[in-house]
Amino acid sequence: MGLPPYATLGQRIWYYSFRVICGLIFFFLIAPIVVVMPLSFNAQDFFTFTPEMLRLDPAGYSLKHYEDFLTNPQWQLAMKNSLIIAPIATIISVSLGTLAAIGLSQSHVPFKGAIMAILISPMIVPLIISATGMFFFYSSLGNWMESTLGLDKGFVGYVKVILAHAVLGIPFVIITVTATLVGFDRSLTRAAANMGAGPVTTFFRVQMPLILPGVISGGLFAFITSFDEVVVVLFVGSASQKTLPWQMFIGLREQISPTILAVATILVVISICLLTTVELLRRRSERLRGMSPG
Amino acid sequence: MADIATDQAFVEFERVQKSYDGEVLVVKDLNLSMPKGEFLTMLGPSGSGKTTCLMMLAGFETATHGDIRLDGVSINNIPPHKRGIGMVFQNYALFPHMTVAENLSFPLEVRKIGKSDREEKVMRALGMVQMQDFAGRRPAQLSGGQQQRIALARALVFEPELVLMDEPLGALDKQLRETLQFEITRLAHDLGITTVYVTHDQTEALTMSDRVAVFDDGRIQQLAPPDALYEEPQNSFVAQFIGENNTLLGIIEKIKGDTCEVRLDDGSIIDAKPINVTEVGQRTRVSIRPERVEMDKTRLNPDAHTLKAEVLEFIYMGDIFRTRLRVAGNDDFVIKTRNAPDQIRLTPGTVVDIGWMAQDCRALDA
Repeated sequence: MGLPPYATLGQRIWYYSFRVICGLIFFFLIAPIVVVMPLSFNAQDFFTFTPEMLRLDPAGYSLKHYEDFLTNPQWQLAMKNSLIIAPIATIISVSLGTLAAIGLSQSHVPFKGAIMAILISPMIVPLIISATGMFFFYSSLGNWMESTLGLDKGFVGYVKVILAHAVLGIPFVIITVTATLVGFDRSLTRAAANMGAGPVTTFFRVQMPLILPGVISGGLFAFITSFDEVVVVLFVGSASQKTLPWQMFIGLREQISPTILAVATILVVISICLLTTVELLRRRSERLRGMSPG
Repeated sequence: MADIATDQAFVEFERVQKSYDGEVLVVKDLNLSMPKGEFLTMLGPSGSGKTTCLMMLAGFETATHGDIRLDGVSINNIPPHKRGIGMVFQNYALFPHMTVAENLSFPLEVRKIGKSDREEKVMRALGMVQMQDFAGRRPAQLSGGQQQRIALARALVFEPELVLMDEPLGALDKQLRETLQFEITRLAHDLGITTVYVTHDQTEALTMSDRVAVFDDGRIQQLAPPDALYEEPQNSFVAQFIGENNTLLGIIEKIKGDTCEVRLDDGSIIDAKPINVTEVGQRTRVSIRPERVEMDKTRLNPDAHTLKAEVLEFIYMGDIFRTRLRVAGNDDFVIKTRNAPDQIRLTPGTVVDIGWMAQDCRALDA
C-alpha cells in the first residue's frame, strides 16, 4: 500500500506517523525480551551490561549461567516438574475443552450462554482470585485423596497442580475450537451418519480431522498457560511441585542470579520452535481440508 | 384395497406431523406410500415442509406424531446411521480431508467390508458416474458438477435400497443440471433404487419423476404422475405452481355434468370444467394453460363462448411465440403458439377472439 499521488499533507503525515507508531509497538513488545538474551551470556553475576560486554570483549561473555541451569538440582527439578505438569494438563484441557466446544455448538443445548460463561471464567476472573479459591478447594480435595484414598503425598500434589492448570487451559481450547466449528459444515456429520457411521466414528474420522487446526492452537495456548503459570502453582502446589516459573520467581526474589536470564532465553527459543511447528502443522491440516491449493 | 397397498409399500408416512417449537406444525398430517423402485419427487416452495419430510425419513428429525415405515418396519426409533439410507446433499457434503476414493470407501469401511471388495465397489461406483480418473483427487480440486457426481456415487456405493436427494442440483448451472437430471434418473432406474427427490424446480420434478408430491403449507396438495399434475391440477395452488398458467376470477353461473359456465368479474361468460367447485354462485379461479388457448374459431365447439382479447405484446422465442393479451381486465393473459409456417404473428393493438375447449379450462377454488 503506497501513498497515492493525490494524498493531502494530512494524509502524508498520518501515513508516516502510522508507520512510526507500528514500529514503536513492535519495539515495546520485543525489546524487553531481546535485552534478556545477551545479558544471559554475562560473565558476571549481574543483571547489567558490563563494560567488557559493551566493548564486545569475549572475556565479558560466558555460558556459565546455562551451565548452572543444567547442573543445579533446583533448576533441574523445576524443569522436570514443568515438563510433567504442562503436557498432562494440556491433554486434559484439550480433551475436555474440545468436547465442551462441540457440545456447546449443538443448537439444542439449553443455557448455552451461561455454561459458556462459566467455562470461560478462569480466563476472565483475576488469577489471584481463582488461585485463592483453588487453594481451598484443592487442599480439601488433596486431604481427602491422601486420607481416604491413601494416595502418596507427592502424587496428590501433582494431581492438584495438573487439574488446576487444566482448568486454566480449558477456556483457550473452547474459544479456538468454537471458532473452528463455526466454519464446520454440519451436513458432513449428517452425511457420515447417513453412510452408517456411528457418532464416535463420525467424530474421529470426520469432525476431528477438520477441526484439528483449532484443537492444535487451543492446545498450544493451554500448554503455554501451564508452562508460564506462577500464581496458581504457588497457591496449590508444594515445593516438590516447583515449576520453572516458580523457580524463576523465587530466584528473582532471593538470589538475583542471571541463571534466570539463561532460562528465559531457552524458554523463548522453545516457544519460537513450538509456534513454528504448530503453524506448520496447522497449514498442513488446512491444506488437507482443501482450503488452499497444493 | 388398503391392505394390499400397505403390503406393497416400501416407504410409508402415516399421519405424520412435525413441529419444531411445539406450536406451529411444519408438516400437517402427511400420508404417503411409495412402492419399491419408484422415483418420487417432493416439490414445493421453500417452507412447505418437503425438506423436513426428507430429514424425518433420513432420521435427522423426529416426527412429532405419526409413523414412518421402511419396508413395513417403523423406523421412528432407529438412529440415522442404522437406517441404511443413501443421501445426496444440496451442498454435496463431501469430506474435504479425504480423496474421492476415500470418500467413497468411507461407508464401506464403516460396514467392515474387506479392502479388495471395497476397492472394487469404489471403482464400480465411480464408473457409474464416469469419474474413475478422479479417484485420487480431493473434493476441492473438482468442479461443482464433478463434486455432485461423486456425492451421487458415494450415496450409491453401499447399495442402499432407498436414496434421498435434497435439491442435489440446486447449485449447478442449467446445462449441467440437465445432464445430471438424465444421469440420476437413468441410474435410479437401472439399479432399481427407490428414490425420494426434493426440489423446488418444477421442470426437474416433471422430467425426472414417476410421481410428484406437490407440497404446500405442510400438506401434500396433489400426488400424481407428472402429466396428470400438469394437465389435471386438483386445486388452484397446484395449477399456479406447476407450469405457466392463466387465471381468471369469476362466479359459477351454472353446472351441467362435467362442464360449467363461469361469469367473469367483467360480466363475460366462459366455459370450464368444474374440479373442486360444487355450487352455483361459488367464487372460482379458472385456470387455463397458455398453449390450450385457441384463436381459430373453427377448432372450437360451435356453441363455445369466446372472449375479446387485445394484444399487448408479442415475443418471439424461437420455437414458440408468446403473446401477452388483455382478457377480461387481466393484463397478464399469455398464449403460446408454435412457430409454424402458417402461424400468424400478432401485432400489439389487434383485437382477437379467443376461446378454448371446456375440458382444458379448469374451475378451481378461488
